Amino acid sequence: MNSVVCIAQVPDTETRIKIGGDGRHIDETGVKYIVSPYDEYALEAAIRLKEKEGGDVTVLGFGPDRVQQSLRESLARGATKALHVKGESGDADSLGIANVLAAAIKTLPHDLVFFGKQGVGTDNSLVGPMVAELLGYPQINVVTHLDVAAGKVTAHREIEGAEEIIEAAAPAVITAQKGLNEPRYASLKGIMAAKKIAIDTRSLADLGLSESDILNQRVIVVSLELPPEKSGGRKIDGADPQAAAKEIIRYIKEEAKAL
Amino acid sequence: MPTVLVFCEVQDNKLKKASREALSIGRKLAEAAGGDLVAFAADRAAADDAGRYGAKRLYVTNAGGYNTETYTTAMQAAMEQANASIILFGGTSNGRDLAPRLAARLNTGVASDVDRLEWTGGKLRARRPVYSGKAFATVEISGSPAIATTRINAFPAEEAAGGAAEVVEISTSLDSKAKLVETKVSEAGELSIVEADIIVSGGRGLKEAQNFSLIRDLAHAIGGAVGASRATVDAGWIDHQHQVGQTGRVVSPNVYIAAGVSGAIQHLAGMSSSKHIIAINKDPEAPIFRIADLGVVGDLFTVVPALTEEVKKAKAH
Repeated sequence: MNSVVCIAQVPDTETRIKIGGDGRHIDETGVKYIVSPYDEYALEAAIRLKEKEGGDVTVLGFGPDRVQQSLRESLARGATKALHVKGESGDADSLGIANVLAAAIKTLPHDLVFFGKQGVGTDNSLVGPMVAELLGYPQINVVTHLDVAAGKVTAHREIEGAEEIIEAAAPAVITAQKGLNEPRYASLKGIMAAKKIAIDTRSLADLGLSESDILNQRVIVVSLELPPEKSGGRKIDGADPQAAAKEIIRYIKEEAKAL
Repeated sequence: MPTVLVFCEVQDNKLKKASREALSIGRKLAEAAGGDLVAFAADRAAADDAGRYGAKRLYVTNAGGYNTETYTTAMQAAMEQANASIILFGGTSNGRDLAPRLAARLNTGVASDVDRLEWTGGKLRARRPVYSGKAFATVEISGSPAIATTRINAFPAEEAAGGAAEVVEISTSLDSKAKLVETKVSEAGELSIVEADIIVSGGRGLKEAQNFSLIRDLAHAIGGAVGASRATVDAGWIDHQHQVGQTGRVVSPNVYIAAGVSGAIQHLAGMSSSKHIIAINKDPEAPIFRIADLGVVGDLFTVVPALTEEVKKAKAH
Protein backbone atom coordinates (compact mmCIF):
# COMPACT_ATOMS: atom_id res chain seq x y z
CA MET A 1 0.00 0.00 0.00
CA ASN A 2 1.75 3.16 -1.22
CA SER A 3 1.00 6.61 0.15
CA VAL A 4 1.79 10.14 -0.92
CA VAL A 5 1.81 12.72 1.86
CA CYS A 6 1.61 16.36 0.78
CA ILE A 7 3.66 18.55 3.10
CA ALA A 8 3.07 22.27 3.49
CA GLN A 9 5.69 24.53 5.07
CA VAL A 10 4.35 27.24 7.34
CA PRO A 11 5.83 29.82 9.70
CA ASP A 12 6.52 28.39 13.16
CA THR A 13 3.48 28.92 15.40
CA GLU A 14 5.51 31.12 17.78
CA THR A 15 6.08 33.62 14.96
CA ARG A 16 4.94 37.18 15.46
CA ILE A 17 3.66 37.96 11.99
CA LYS A 18 4.91 41.22 10.43
CA ILE A 19 3.67 42.64 7.16
CA GLY A 20 6.27 43.06 4.41
CA GLY A 21 7.00 46.26 2.52
CA ASP A 22 4.59 45.61 -0.35
CA GLY A 23 1.66 45.22 2.06
CA ARG A 24 0.66 41.93 0.46
CA HIS A 25 3.07 39.38 1.91
CA ILE A 26 4.50 38.70 5.32
CA ASP A 27 8.00 39.87 6.17
CA GLU A 28 9.96 36.60 6.05
CA THR A 29 13.02 38.00 7.87
CA GLY A 30 13.95 35.62 10.63
CA VAL A 31 10.88 33.46 10.10
CA LYS A 32 11.48 29.84 10.94
CA TYR A 33 9.55 27.38 8.80
CA ILE A 34 8.09 24.12 10.03
CA VAL A 35 5.96 21.32 8.67
CA SER A 36 2.33 22.41 9.12
CA PRO A 37 1.16 20.69 12.33
CA TYR A 38 -1.79 18.93 10.73
CA ASP A 39 0.53 17.40 8.11
CA GLU A 40 2.35 15.62 10.93
CA TYR A 41 -0.78 13.60 11.68
CA ALA A 42 -1.07 12.80 7.98
CA LEU A 43 2.55 11.66 7.77
CA GLU A 44 2.24 9.52 10.90
CA ALA A 45 -0.86 7.81 9.49
CA ALA A 46 0.98 6.98 6.27
CA ILE A 47 4.05 5.68 8.10
CA ARG A 48 1.91 3.43 10.32
CA LEU A 49 0.21 2.08 7.22
CA LYS A 50 3.61 1.30 5.70
CA GLU A 51 4.70 -0.44 8.88
CA LYS A 52 1.58 -2.58 8.81
CA GLU A 53 1.24 -3.31 5.08
CA GLY A 54 4.54 -2.38 3.45
CA GLY A 55 4.89 -0.01 0.51
CA ASP A 56 6.37 3.42 0.10
CA VAL A 57 5.56 6.71 1.79
CA THR A 58 6.49 9.54 -0.56
CA VAL A 59 6.44 13.04 0.88
CA LEU A 60 5.67 15.70 -1.69
CA GLY A 61 6.24 19.42 -1.40
CA PHE A 62 5.87 22.31 -3.84
CA GLY A 63 7.76 25.53 -3.25
CA PRO A 64 11.14 27.20 -2.97
CA ASP A 65 14.37 25.52 -1.84
CA ARG A 66 13.52 25.68 1.86
CA VAL A 67 10.84 23.02 1.27
CA GLN A 68 13.64 20.46 1.13
CA GLN A 69 14.28 20.88 4.84
CA SER A 70 10.71 19.84 5.66
CA LEU A 71 10.95 16.91 3.27
CA ARG A 72 14.21 15.84 4.94
CA GLU A 73 12.58 16.01 8.39
CA SER A 74 9.73 13.87 7.09
CA LEU A 75 12.16 11.30 5.73
CA ALA A 76 13.79 11.25 9.17
CA ARG A 77 10.43 10.34 10.71
CA GLY A 78 9.96 7.42 8.39
CA ALA A 79 8.92 8.52 4.91
CA THR A 80 10.79 6.44 2.31
CA LYS A 81 10.89 8.80 -0.66
CA ALA A 82 10.63 12.52 -1.27
CA LEU A 83 9.72 14.68 -4.24
CA HIS A 84 10.29 18.42 -4.34
CA VAL A 85 8.61 20.35 -7.10
CA LYS A 86 10.54 23.59 -7.31
CA GLY A 87 8.74 26.82 -7.87
CA GLU A 88 7.68 30.09 -6.31
CA SER A 89 4.46 28.85 -4.75
CA GLY A 90 3.93 31.99 -2.67
CA ASP A 91 1.72 33.74 -5.20
CA ALA A 92 -0.13 30.70 -6.45
CA ASP A 93 -3.71 30.33 -5.29
CA SER A 94 -4.93 27.03 -3.83
CA LEU A 95 -6.09 25.69 -7.16
CA GLY A 96 -2.73 26.54 -8.70
CA ILE A 97 -0.99 24.57 -5.95
CA ALA A 98 -3.50 21.74 -6.32
CA ASN A 99 -2.79 21.54 -10.05
CA VAL A 100 0.93 21.12 -9.37
CA LEU A 101 0.41 18.50 -6.68
CA ALA A 102 -2.07 16.52 -8.77
CA ALA A 103 0.34 16.46 -11.70
CA ALA A 104 3.15 15.27 -9.41
CA ILE A 105 0.98 12.64 -7.69
CA LYS A 106 0.09 11.13 -11.05
CA THR A 107 3.79 10.29 -11.50
CA LEU A 108 4.06 8.55 -8.11
CA PRO A 109 2.80 5.10 -7.15
CA HIS A 110 0.01 5.66 -4.66
CA ASP A 111 -3.10 4.13 -3.15
CA LEU A 112 -3.79 6.90 -0.66
CA VAL A 113 -3.01 10.61 -0.74
CA PHE A 114 -2.76 12.34 2.62
CA PHE A 115 -2.99 16.00 3.59
CA GLY A 116 -3.32 17.82 6.87
CA LYS A 117 -6.83 19.27 7.11
CA GLN A 118 -5.43 22.78 6.68
CA GLY A 119 -2.07 24.47 6.42
CA VAL A 120 -1.70 26.85 9.35
CA GLY A 121 -0.13 29.45 7.09
CA THR A 122 -2.84 30.59 4.77
CA ASP A 123 -5.42 28.31 6.50
CA ASN A 124 -7.31 27.78 3.28
CA SER A 125 -8.36 24.13 3.86
CA LEU A 126 -8.79 23.93 0.11
CA VAL A 127 -5.87 22.11 -1.47
CA GLY A 128 -6.66 18.56 -0.28
CA PRO A 129 -10.25 18.46 -1.61
CA MET A 130 -9.15 20.24 -4.79
CA VAL A 131 -6.52 17.58 -5.48
CA ALA A 132 -9.16 14.91 -4.85
CA GLU A 133 -11.40 16.51 -7.46
CA LEU A 134 -8.59 16.93 -10.00
CA LEU A 135 -7.62 13.26 -9.59
CA GLY A 136 -11.26 12.11 -9.54
CA TYR A 137 -10.80 10.44 -6.14
CA PRO A 138 -13.21 10.27 -3.21
CA GLN A 139 -12.20 12.46 -0.28
CA ILE A 140 -12.65 11.96 3.44
CA ASN A 141 -11.81 15.16 5.31
CA VAL A 142 -11.03 16.01 8.94
CA VAL A 143 -10.30 12.40 9.77
CA THR A 144 -9.90 11.37 13.40
CA HIS A 145 -9.68 7.62 12.90
CA LEU A 146 -8.52 5.52 9.97
CA ASP A 147 -8.60 1.84 9.13
CA VAL A 148 -7.30 0.40 5.90
CA ALA A 149 -7.82 -3.21 4.90
CA ALA A 150 -7.69 -4.92 1.52
CA GLY A 151 -7.70 -1.67 -0.43
CA LYS A 152 -10.70 -0.30 1.44
CA VAL A 153 -10.55 2.77 3.63
CA THR A 154 -12.87 3.27 6.61
CA ALA A 155 -12.45 6.70 8.15
CA HIS A 156 -14.15 8.75 10.84
CA ARG A 157 -14.97 12.25 9.59
CA GLU A 158 -15.43 14.87 12.28
CA ILE A 159 -18.41 17.17 11.77
CA GLU A 160 -20.29 19.46 14.17
CA GLY A 161 -21.30 17.42 17.20
CA ALA A 162 -20.94 14.08 15.44
CA GLU A 163 -18.69 11.64 13.60
CA GLU A 164 -19.46 10.12 10.22
CA ILE A 165 -18.02 6.74 9.39
CA ILE A 166 -17.25 6.74 5.69
CA GLU A 167 -15.98 3.97 3.44
CA ALA A 168 -14.18 4.34 0.15
CA ALA A 169 -12.06 2.15 -2.07
CA ALA A 170 -8.50 3.31 -2.71
CA PRO A 171 -7.32 5.46 -4.40
CA ALA A 172 -8.65 8.14 -2.07
CA VAL A 173 -7.67 11.45 -0.45
CA ILE A 174 -7.62 11.71 3.34
CA THR A 175 -7.16 14.98 5.26
CA ALA A 176 -5.95 14.52 8.82
CA GLN A 177 -7.36 16.13 11.94
CA LYS A 178 -5.57 16.51 15.27
CA GLY A 179 -6.18 13.38 17.30
CA LEU A 180 -5.84 10.97 14.37
CA ASN A 181 -2.67 9.69 16.03
CA GLU A 182 0.36 10.80 18.06
CA PRO A 183 3.05 11.81 15.54
CA ARG A 184 6.44 10.31 16.34
CA TYR A 185 9.64 12.30 16.69
CA ALA A 186 12.48 11.50 14.33
CA SER A 187 14.91 9.07 15.95
CA LEU A 188 18.67 9.48 15.55
CA LYS A 189 18.65 6.33 13.43
CA GLY A 190 15.92 7.88 11.27
CA ILE A 191 17.84 11.13 10.88
CA MET A 192 20.98 9.24 9.78
CA ALA A 193 19.03 7.04 7.37
CA ALA A 194 17.26 10.05 5.89
CA LYS A 195 20.59 11.63 4.92
CA LYS A 196 21.11 8.76 2.48
CA ILE A 197 17.77 9.19 0.71
CA ALA A 198 17.98 11.48 -2.31
CA ILE A 199 15.20 14.03 -2.63
CA ASP A 200 13.91 13.85 -6.17
CA THR A 201 13.48 17.34 -7.62
CA ARG A 202 11.38 18.41 -10.59
CA SER A 203 10.54 21.69 -12.20
CA LEU A 204 7.07 22.72 -13.30
CA ALA A 205 8.16 22.12 -16.89
CA ASP A 206 9.06 18.53 -15.97
CA LEU A 207 5.40 18.07 -15.04
CA GLY A 208 4.19 19.69 -18.24
CA LEU A 209 3.14 22.87 -16.44
CA SER A 210 4.18 26.46 -16.88
CA GLU A 211 4.43 29.27 -14.35
CA SER A 212 1.49 31.01 -15.94
CA ASP A 213 -0.68 27.90 -15.41
CA ILE A 214 0.06 28.07 -11.72
CA LEU A 215 -0.09 31.79 -11.24
CA ASN A 216 -3.47 32.03 -12.96
CA GLN A 217 -4.79 34.67 -10.65
CA ARG A 218 -8.14 33.35 -9.54
CA VAL A 219 -7.59 34.63 -6.04
CA ILE A 220 -5.37 37.67 -5.64
CA VAL A 221 -4.20 39.03 -2.31
CA VAL A 222 -4.92 42.73 -2.45
CA SER A 223 -3.54 43.51 1.00
CA LEU A 224 -2.44 41.90 4.23
CA GLU A 225 -3.11 43.55 7.60
CA LEU A 226 -2.50 42.91 11.22
CA PRO A 227 -5.58 42.83 13.43
CA PRO A 228 -6.35 46.25 14.95
CA GLU A 229 -4.55 46.89 18.25
CA LYS A 230 -6.98 46.32 21.03
CA SER A 231 -7.28 49.30 23.34
CA GLY A 232 -9.63 50.54 25.99
CA GLY A 233 -9.58 47.34 27.99
CA ARG A 234 -9.80 47.69 31.73
CA LYS A 235 -8.84 45.52 34.65
CA ILE A 236 -10.73 45.13 37.87
CA ASP A 237 -9.82 43.45 41.14
CA GLY A 238 -11.46 40.08 41.63
CA ALA A 239 -10.88 39.94 45.39
CA ASP A 240 -14.65 40.27 45.93
CA PRO A 241 -15.96 37.59 43.56
CA GLN A 242 -19.61 38.65 43.81
CA ALA A 243 -18.78 42.26 42.96
CA ALA A 244 -16.57 41.15 40.06
CA ALA A 245 -19.33 38.85 38.82
CA LYS A 246 -21.87 41.67 38.94
CA GLU A 247 -19.54 43.91 36.94
CA ILE A 248 -19.08 41.18 34.33
CA ILE A 249 -22.85 40.80 34.02
CA ARG A 250 -23.23 44.56 33.66
CA TYR A 251 -20.58 44.57 30.91
CA ILE A 252 -22.21 41.68 29.05
CA LYS A 253 -25.66 43.30 29.24
CA GLU A 254 -24.64 46.83 28.36
CA GLU A 255 -21.66 46.44 26.03
CA ALA A 256 -22.21 43.05 24.47
CA LYS A 257 -25.99 43.41 24.51
CA ALA A 258 -26.28 39.77 25.46
CA LEU A 259 -28.19 38.22 28.39
CA MET B 1 -27.24 40.28 -13.96
CA PRO B 2 -25.12 38.34 -11.45
CA THR B 3 -27.12 35.77 -9.52
CA VAL B 4 -25.95 34.73 -6.08
CA LEU B 5 -26.48 31.06 -5.20
CA VAL B 6 -26.28 30.06 -1.53
CA PHE B 7 -25.73 26.47 -0.38
CA CYS B 8 -28.07 25.83 2.56
CA GLU B 9 -28.46 23.08 5.13
CA VAL B 10 -31.53 22.18 7.14
CA GLN B 11 -31.46 21.05 10.76
CA ASP B 12 -34.49 20.44 12.97
CA ASN B 13 -36.72 21.59 10.11
CA LYS B 14 -35.13 24.98 9.79
CA LEU B 15 -32.17 26.47 8.00
CA LYS B 16 -28.92 26.23 9.95
CA LYS B 17 -27.61 29.48 11.39
CA ALA B 18 -24.66 29.37 9.01
CA SER B 19 -27.08 29.14 6.06
CA ARG B 20 -29.17 32.08 7.25
CA GLU B 21 -26.02 34.14 7.68
CA ALA B 22 -24.78 33.23 4.21
CA LEU B 23 -28.18 34.06 2.70
CA SER B 24 -28.16 37.43 4.45
CA ILE B 25 -24.79 38.52 3.06
CA GLY B 26 -25.74 36.88 -0.24
CA ARG B 27 -28.79 39.11 -0.44
CA LYS B 28 -26.63 42.20 0.11
CA LEU B 29 -24.24 41.09 -2.62
CA ALA B 30 -27.12 40.40 -5.01
CA GLU B 31 -28.55 43.85 -4.33
CA ALA B 32 -25.17 45.50 -4.90
CA ALA B 33 -24.69 43.58 -8.14
CA GLY B 34 -28.25 44.19 -9.32
CA GLY B 35 -29.06 40.48 -9.43
CA ASP B 36 -31.10 37.81 -7.71
CA LEU B 37 -30.55 35.64 -4.66
CA VAL B 38 -31.28 31.93 -4.97
CA ALA B 39 -30.66 28.99 -2.67
CA PHE B 40 -29.87 25.27 -2.76
CA ALA B 41 -30.92 22.64 -0.26
CA ALA B 42 -31.70 18.94 0.02
CA ASP B 43 -35.12 19.55 1.54
CA ARG B 44 -37.98 21.55 0.02
CA ALA B 45 -39.09 22.38 3.58
CA ALA B 46 -36.37 25.05 3.45
CA ALA B 47 -38.37 27.09 0.92
CA ASP B 48 -40.20 29.23 3.50
CA ASP B 49 -37.05 30.04 5.45
CA ALA B 50 -35.03 30.66 2.30
CA GLY B 51 -37.69 33.06 1.05
CA ARG B 52 -37.76 34.85 4.37
CA TYR B 53 -34.07 35.61 3.88
CA GLY B 54 -34.63 36.91 0.37
CA ALA B 55 -34.14 33.91 -1.90
CA LYS B 56 -36.34 33.95 -5.01
CA ARG B 57 -35.85 30.28 -5.84
CA LEU B 58 -34.80 27.19 -3.94
CA TYR B 59 -33.10 24.45 -5.96
CA VAL B 60 -33.81 21.15 -4.30
CA THR B 61 -31.53 18.22 -5.01
CA ASN B 62 -32.55 14.59 -5.16
CA ALA B 63 -29.22 13.65 -3.59
CA GLY B 64 -30.53 13.03 -0.06
CA GLY B 65 -28.05 13.23 2.82
CA TYR B 66 -24.70 14.98 2.35
CA ASN B 67 -22.18 13.28 0.11
CA THR B 68 -19.25 15.19 -1.37
CA GLU B 69 -19.49 13.83 -4.88
CA THR B 70 -23.26 13.84 -5.40
CA TYR B 71 -23.55 17.32 -3.92
CA THR B 72 -20.74 18.66 -6.11
CA THR B 73 -22.64 17.44 -9.17
CA ALA B 74 -25.95 18.80 -7.83
CA MET B 75 -24.51 22.23 -6.99
CA GLN B 76 -22.95 22.41 -10.44
CA ALA B 77 -26.36 21.75 -11.96
CA ALA B 78 -27.97 24.40 -9.74
CA MET B 79 -25.24 26.87 -10.69
CA GLU B 80 -25.86 26.23 -14.39
CA GLN B 81 -29.63 26.49 -14.11
CA ALA B 82 -29.43 29.66 -12.04
CA ASN B 83 -26.59 31.06 -14.12
CA ALA B 84 -24.97 31.99 -10.83
CA SER B 85 -21.85 34.11 -10.85
CA ILE B 86 -21.37 34.07 -7.08
CA ILE B 87 -21.74 30.98 -4.87
CA LEU B 88 -21.67 31.17 -1.06
CA PHE B 89 -21.38 28.40 1.51
CA GLY B 90 -21.79 28.87 5.25
CA GLY B 91 -18.61 27.58 6.89
CA THR B 92 -20.07 24.38 8.29
CA SER B 93 -18.23 21.07 7.95
CA ASN B 94 -20.17 20.26 4.79
CA GLY B 95 -19.81 23.74 3.33
CA ARG B 96 -16.06 23.60 3.81
CA ASP B 97 -15.93 20.08 2.40
CA LEU B 98 -17.89 20.99 -0.72
CA ALA B 99 -16.75 24.46 -1.76
CA PRO B 100 -13.18 23.51 -2.80
CA ARG B 101 -14.41 20.46 -4.67
CA LEU B 102 -16.84 22.57 -6.66
CA ALA B 103 -14.21 25.26 -7.29
CA ALA B 104 -11.79 22.69 -8.68
CA ARG B 105 -14.50 21.18 -10.88
CA LEU B 106 -15.35 24.60 -12.25
CA ASN B 107 -11.71 25.78 -12.39
CA THR B 108 -12.67 28.92 -10.53
CA GLY B 109 -11.57 31.04 -7.57
CA VAL B 110 -12.63 30.32 -4.00
CA ALA B 111 -11.86 32.00 -0.67
CA SER B 112 -12.57 30.22 2.59
CA ASP B 113 -13.53 31.42 6.06
CA VAL B 114 -14.28 34.99 4.97
CA ASP B 115 -15.57 37.52 7.47
CA ARG B 116 -16.11 40.42 5.07
CA LEU B 117 -17.59 40.26 1.59
CA GLU B 118 -18.42 42.92 -0.94
CA TRP B 119 -19.19 43.28 -4.60
CA THR B 120 -17.02 46.06 -5.87
CA GLY B 121 -15.91 47.01 -9.37
CA GLY B 122 -17.61 43.92 -10.79
CA LYS B 123 -15.55 41.62 -8.58
CA LEU B 124 -16.04 39.77 -5.31
CA ARG B 125 -13.78 41.04 -2.58
CA ALA B 126 -13.37 39.22 0.73
CA ARG B 127 -11.39 39.40 3.93
CA ARG B 128 -10.14 36.23 5.57
CA PRO B 129 -7.88 35.32 8.49
CA VAL B 130 -4.43 33.87 7.79
CA TYR B 131 -1.74 32.49 10.11
CA SER B 132 -4.56 31.38 12.41
CA GLY B 133 -5.91 34.90 12.74
CA LYS B 134 -2.58 36.66 13.33
CA ALA B 135 -3.23 38.61 10.13
CA PHE B 136 -6.05 39.26 7.70
CA ALA B 137 -5.84 39.06 3.93
CA THR B 138 -8.11 41.04 1.65
CA VAL B 139 -8.54 39.05 -1.53
CA GLU B 140 -10.22 39.48 -4.86
CA ILE B 141 -11.88 36.35 -6.20
CA SER B 142 -11.96 36.07 -9.95
CA GLY B 143 -13.55 33.52 -12.15
CA SER B 144 -17.18 32.94 -12.70
CA PRO B 145 -18.62 31.82 -10.49
CA ALA B 146 -16.62 33.36 -7.65
CA ILE B 147 -16.96 31.15 -4.59
CA ALA B 148 -16.63 31.89 -0.88
CA THR B 149 -17.27 30.08 2.40
CA THR B 150 -18.33 32.38 5.23
CA ARG B 151 -17.03 32.29 8.81
CA ILE B 152 -19.90 31.44 11.14
CA ASN B 153 -20.92 34.42 13.32
CA ALA B 154 -19.20 36.88 11.01
CA PHE B 155 -22.33 38.01 9.18
CA PRO B 156 -25.60 38.76 10.95
CA ALA B 157 -28.63 36.74 9.88
CA GLU B 158 -31.22 39.30 8.76
CA GLU B 159 -34.67 38.51 7.43
CA ALA B 160 -35.82 40.29 4.32
CA ALA B 161 -39.59 40.03 4.40
CA GLY B 162 -39.96 37.73 1.41
CA GLY B 163 -42.55 35.11 0.56
CA ALA B 164 -41.60 31.45 0.21
CA ALA B 165 -38.98 30.77 -2.44
CA GLU B 166 -40.16 29.04 -5.61
CA VAL B 167 -39.05 25.41 -5.52
CA VAL B 168 -37.15 24.03 -8.52
CA GLU B 169 -36.29 20.35 -8.30
CA ILE B 170 -33.04 19.20 -9.83
CA SER B 171 -32.14 15.64 -10.45
CA THR B 172 -28.54 14.58 -10.85
CA SER B 173 -26.44 11.42 -10.67
CA LEU B 174 -26.26 9.71 -7.31
CA ASP B 175 -22.99 7.93 -8.17
CA SER B 176 -20.24 8.31 -5.63
CA LYS B 177 -17.10 6.45 -4.68
CA ALA B 178 -17.44 7.17 -0.96
CA LYS B 179 -20.28 5.88 1.16
CA LEU B 180 -21.61 7.00 4.52
CA VAL B 181 -21.92 3.94 6.72
CA GLU B 182 -22.95 5.45 10.06
CA THR B 183 -23.30 8.73 11.90
CA LYS B 184 -22.40 8.78 15.59
CA VAL B 185 -23.61 11.81 17.51
CA SER B 186 -20.76 12.67 19.83
CA GLU B 187 -21.78 15.29 22.34
CA ALA B 188 -25.54 15.40 22.11
CA GLY B 189 -26.84 18.85 22.80
CA GLU B 190 -23.41 20.44 23.16
CA LEU B 191 -23.13 23.72 21.36
CA SER B 192 -20.16 23.86 18.98
CA ILE B 193 -17.60 26.63 19.53
CA VAL B 194 -17.74 27.57 15.88
CA GLU B 195 -21.45 28.31 16.02
CA ALA B 196 -21.80 29.79 19.49
CA ASP B 197 -22.45 33.46 20.24
CA ILE B 198 -20.86 33.03 23.68
CA ILE B 199 -17.86 30.88 24.52
CA VAL B 200 -16.52 30.16 27.99
CA SER B 201 -12.97 28.79 27.82
CA GLY B 202 -10.87 27.10 30.43
CA GLY B 203 -7.10 26.97 30.58
CA ARG B 204 -4.34 25.43 32.66
CA GLY B 205 -5.37 27.59 35.60
CA LEU B 206 -8.15 25.07 36.15
CA LYS B 207 -5.45 22.78 37.59
CA GLU B 208 -7.25 19.50 36.87
CA ALA B 209 -9.65 17.90 34.41
CA GLN B 210 -12.62 17.70 36.76
CA ASN B 211 -12.55 21.48 37.26
CA PHE B 212 -13.85 21.90 33.74
CA SER B 213 -17.19 21.42 35.46
CA LEU B 214 -16.90 25.07 36.54
CA ILE B 215 -16.58 26.09 32.91
CA ARG B 216 -19.40 23.81 31.77
CA ASP B 217 -21.71 25.11 34.49
CA LEU B 218 -21.10 28.71 33.44
CA ALA B 219 -21.41 27.85 29.75
CA HIS B 220 -24.71 26.06 30.28
CA ALA B 221 -26.08 28.83 32.48
CA ILE B 222 -25.19 31.53 29.97
CA GLY B 223 -26.19 29.51 26.91
CA GLY B 224 -22.67 29.31 25.51
CA ALA B 225 -20.21 26.73 24.26
CA VAL B 226 -17.25 25.32 26.17
CA GLY B 227 -13.83 26.24 24.81
CA ALA B 228 -10.38 25.14 25.86
CA SER B 229 -6.74 26.06 25.56
CA ARG B 230 -4.30 23.72 23.84
CA ALA B 231 -2.60 22.90 27.15
CA THR B 232 -5.81 21.45 28.57
CA VAL B 233 -6.55 19.45 25.43
CA ASP B 234 -3.02 18.08 25.26
CA ALA B 235 -3.30 17.14 28.95
CA GLY B 236 -6.37 15.10 28.05
CA TRP B 237 -8.75 17.20 30.20
CA ILE B 238 -11.15 17.83 27.35
CA ASP B 239 -11.70 16.74 23.75
CA HIS B 240 -9.92 18.68 20.99
CA GLN B 241 -13.25 19.74 19.44
CA HIS B 242 -13.23 22.42 22.12
CA GLN B 243 -9.74 23.71 21.40
CA VAL B 244 -9.50 27.38 20.48
CA GLY B 245 -6.33 28.54 18.82
CA GLN B 246 -3.81 27.86 16.15
CA THR B 247 -4.18 24.09 16.01
CA GLY B 248 -7.79 24.27 17.14
CA ARG B 249 -10.53 26.49 15.79
CA VAL B 250 -10.51 30.21 15.07
CA VAL B 251 -13.69 31.61 16.59
CA SER B 252 -15.50 34.96 16.52
CA PRO B 253 -18.26 34.87 19.11
CA ASN B 254 -19.98 37.94 20.49
CA VAL B 255 -18.65 37.18 23.98
CA TYR B 256 -15.50 35.23 24.90
CA ILE B 257 -14.88 34.52 28.58
CA ALA B 258 -11.45 33.05 29.33
CA ALA B 259 -10.87 31.62 32.78
CA GLY B 260 -7.40 30.47 33.80
CA VAL B 261 -6.11 31.00 30.26
CA SER B 262 -2.76 32.78 30.18
CA GLY B 263 -3.08 33.86 26.55
CA ALA B 264 -0.29 32.22 24.57
CA ILE B 265 0.16 33.73 21.12
CA GLN B 266 -1.36 30.64 19.51
CA HIS B 267 -4.51 30.91 21.66
CA LEU B 268 -4.92 34.65 21.10
CA ALA B 269 -4.68 34.06 17.37
CA GLY B 270 -7.73 31.84 17.61
CA MET B 271 -10.03 34.18 19.56
CA SER B 272 -8.79 37.73 19.14
CA SER B 273 -11.58 38.61 16.72
CA SER B 274 -14.19 37.89 19.40
CA LYS B 275 -16.27 41.00 19.81
CA HIS B 276 -16.17 41.22 23.60
CA ILE B 277 -13.40 39.54 25.56
CA ILE B 278 -13.54 38.94 29.31
CA ALA B 279 -10.57 37.38 31.07
CA ILE B 280 -10.33 35.98 34.57
CA ASN B 281 -6.81 35.19 35.75
CA LYS B 282 -4.97 35.53 39.03
CA ASP B 283 -1.78 36.69 37.27
CA PRO B 284 -2.07 40.44 36.51
CA GLU B 285 0.69 40.07 33.88
CA ALA B 286 -1.05 37.30 31.94
CA PRO B 287 -0.85 38.15 28.21
CA ILE B 288 -4.59 37.60 27.85
CA PHE B 289 -5.19 40.91 29.66
CA ARG B 290 -3.62 42.74 26.71
CA ILE B 291 -6.56 41.93 24.52
CA ALA B 292 -9.32 41.63 27.10
CA ASP B 293 -11.98 44.33 27.09
CA LEU B 294 -12.70 43.51 30.70
CA GLY B 295 -10.05 41.79 32.80
CA VAL B 296 -10.67 40.41 36.26
CA VAL B 297 -7.53 39.80 38.29
CA GLY B 298 -8.77 37.18 40.66
CA ASP B 299 -9.18 33.55 41.54
CA LEU B 300 -11.29 31.74 38.96
CA PHE B 301 -12.34 29.21 41.60
CA THR B 302 -14.37 31.94 43.32
CA VAL B 303 -15.12 34.29 40.44
CA VAL B 304 -16.45 31.71 37.98
CA PRO B 305 -19.01 30.15 40.35
CA ALA B 306 -20.05 33.65 41.46
CA LEU B 307 -20.53 34.57 37.81
CA THR B 308 -22.60 31.44 37.19
CA GLU B 309 -24.86 32.47 40.10
CA GLU B 310 -25.22 36.01 38.77
CA VAL B 311 -26.03 34.70 35.29
CA LYS B 312 -28.78 32.47 36.69
CA LYS B 313 -30.18 35.43 38.62
CA ALA B 314 -30.03 37.66 35.56
CA LYS B 315 -31.83 35.07 33.45
CA ALA B 316 -34.49 34.49 36.08
CA HIS B 317 -35.82 38.02 35.55
